[in-house]
Amino acid sequence: MTYLEAIRTAMSEEMQRDDNVFVLGEDIGKGGVMNATKGMRDRFGEWRVLDTPLTESAIVGVAIGAAMGGMRPIAEIQFADFIYPATNQIISEAAKIRYRSNNDWYCPVVIRAPYGATGGGGLYHSQCPESVFFGTPGLKIVAPSSAYDAKGLLKASIRDNDPVLYFEHKKCYLYVSDEVPDEDYTVPIGKAAVKREGGDITVIAYGMAVHHALKAADELEKEDISVHVLDLRTLQPLDQPAILEAAAKTGKIMIFHEDNKTGGVGAEAAAILAEQLLYELDAPVIRFCPPDIPAVGMSPTLEKFFLPTADRVKEAMRRLAEL
Amino acid sequence: MQPEDGTPVVVPHLAESLVSVKVVKWLKSPGDEVKEYEVLCEMETDKVNVEMPSPLEGTLVRILVPEGETAPVGSSMCLIREEKASSEPAQKATAKLQSNEQAAHRARYSPAVLHLAKLHGVDLTQVKGTALGGRISRKDVFAYVRNRDDPKPAAADASVSRHSKLPADAQADGQTHTVPLSSLRQTIARRMSESASSIPHAWMTIEADVSRLVDLRERWKVRFASKEGVRLTITPFVIKAVINAIKDYPILNSSWDSGGIMMKKDIHLSVAVGTEESVVAPVIRHADRKTIAGLAMELDGLVQRTKAGRLTLSDLQDGTFTFNNTGVFGSVLSFPIINPPQAAILTFESVVRKPVVVGQDMVAIRSIANVCLSLDHRILDGMVCGRFLQRVKHYLEQYEPDTPIY
Repeated sequence: MTYLEAIRTAMSEEMQRDDNVFVLGEDIGKGGVMNATKGMRDRFGEWRVLDTPLTESAIVGVAIGAAMGGMRPIAEIQFADFIYPATNQIISEAAKIRYRSNNDWYCPVVIRAPYGATGGGGLYHSQCPESVFFGTPGLKIVAPSSAYDAKGLLKASIRDNDPVLYFEHKKCYLYVSDEVPDEDYTVPIGKAAVKREGGDITVIAYGMAVHHALKAADELEKEDISVHVLDLRTLQPLDQPAILEAAAKTGKIMIFHEDNKTGGVGAEAAAILAEQLLYELDAPVIRFCPPDIPAVGMSPTLEKFFLPTADRVKEAMRRLAEL
Repeated sequence: MQPEDGTPVVVPHLAESLVSVKVVKWLKSPGDEVKEYEVLCEMETDKVNVEMPSPLEGTLVRILVPEGETAPVGSSMCLIREEKASSEPAQKATAKLQSNEQAAHRARYSPAVLHLAKLHGVDLTQVKGTALGGRISRKDVFAYVRNRDDPKPAAADASVSRHSKLPADAQADGQTHTVPLSSLRQTIARRMSESASSIPHAWMTIEADVSRLVDLRERWKVRFASKEGVRLTITPFVIKAVINAIKDYPILNSSWDSGGIMMKKDIHLSVAVGTEESVVAPVIRHADRKTIAGLAMELDGLVQRTKAGRLTLSDLQDGTFTFNNTGVFGSVLSFPIINPPQAAILTFESVVRKPVVVGQDMVAIRSIANVCLSLDHRILDGMVCGRFLQRVKHYLEQYEPDTPIY
């Protein structure tokens, strides 16, 4: 099953299981621009697969209100690049309701945001806005890399009683396909997963970067470099025990993501390692991330320069192994 | 800075793979005046003996690495006080900064390494660093602890370490004694074990009639010696034939690489030169561009330098194919071990006068020699090597009394 089908299946199954679950977003009635909700309006009707105006602040605002009224909305942002008009709703409203109401109210909303570059998307269809929301107390952020995790994490997010920002990588939609069981299951929020065992260096990644890292690791194995790959899966809260364990395994750690380097998830992970793992470190912690320029210019040359690839990360991984 | 202190002279990084050198002999003693570039000491490395020129002018204050001891690259080997130091403060500061920085790098241990060393009671000065710049990595400490706790020698170094650590009781009765290994011997042992165990060797031999080659050399011998001051042996004639055959079959001039077969454009011929204790293979660079006379003179230079122990590292690097004239030891057949990462090694055996059939049905006494080839069977097969050896034979047999050697 593809990553995209896994997301659609999770939404459909949850809507079937719980009448309070519904989807809202731009053009989603006819399937949405990504086809994530394809066929769902025919199945669940237009009140549960709700088309909205092109107003992200309203999409999330309505979802927050519905959630506080007892519903379990799934708000789709067409592209994560367009999430910023809703930032105030997400950070200042959804994330703070439980704290602000002294635990009287809570806000079980899921905001799905297709993020990342697929190539040729230019500035407004390629961004990785994780770091804008990362570090906001009261908000959970997940970013699966496999179809299995996509389905399990979306179900867990829908059933969670707090707001969850669900980042789905657009490149994964059709590129990633793996075994997804028919049975009902969830993947716990806040748990990372080891995707590959190795002893020389540790790569910590999430989203599409996991696949680049795994591919590079396969190639480096031929050079006798053994790579340990940890997929964070949840960005907030970070799975600190898993990060520390994976890092301690080799003492040489690279954090790899598609979001810009400064202030990204990698910066926090590096800080955790510096605070808690000094005596296990065998080399400087490396962040392999795109430079601090806006995401993917329209020119193919700029895109090639900006986007991480398996080949480029492989070189960086080899350098770390040799350090 | 204390008056008796000076600028540390650090062990230079002579080649990529070298991590330490052994000081064989100090030519300067504390108190001696030293000029820049003047030789301070003689050093022995895994590859070759080299002289250490002084990087600066001054007075040798103290020797930090005594004769016979090994020091890691980047460590200080002696202190030299610069006389002009005070008049050129800026220059001094730079020199000091550089040497300090290098020394600091060597003794710079990561938190993980320090932690593990404490945990396992490891003296880090005993651990060999394999990471960048000879740094000791976490893996190096693990490897050291594993070897210490379970003293089975690692595969590649098996033969070396076994011999260097003969059981004490075997020596007690005076029946045996252990000859300490020179670093050159250790290198030969390691490289040969690696080659024999990792390269699938195959062998081929052909016979060539070198009578006319022998005649040609006889014609030139006296004239060449008086003109060039170098003895003309048959080796350069054979080398020329081998080089010509390599040019016909360039696959012989290649290396096995994980990504494929690496073909090499330049032909740099390693020529095995034996001494009493060992064998080394200095390199004739661009051997294909040289005449027989040119090869003879270059070879003579390499042999002289080998016997005097004065080969430089560059003399030993970048060889792409090895030639060994085993005939000089009287051998008529060899199964040589490939000099990695090359693809093949060729030996030229003794020239033997013997009766052979010539023409249809005549027997004549001719000068015959065997040519043996060891090949890396991952790269080369019998067919191409057979053809290659036929070309060598062809070139060996086509010498004429008037073949030019210049």
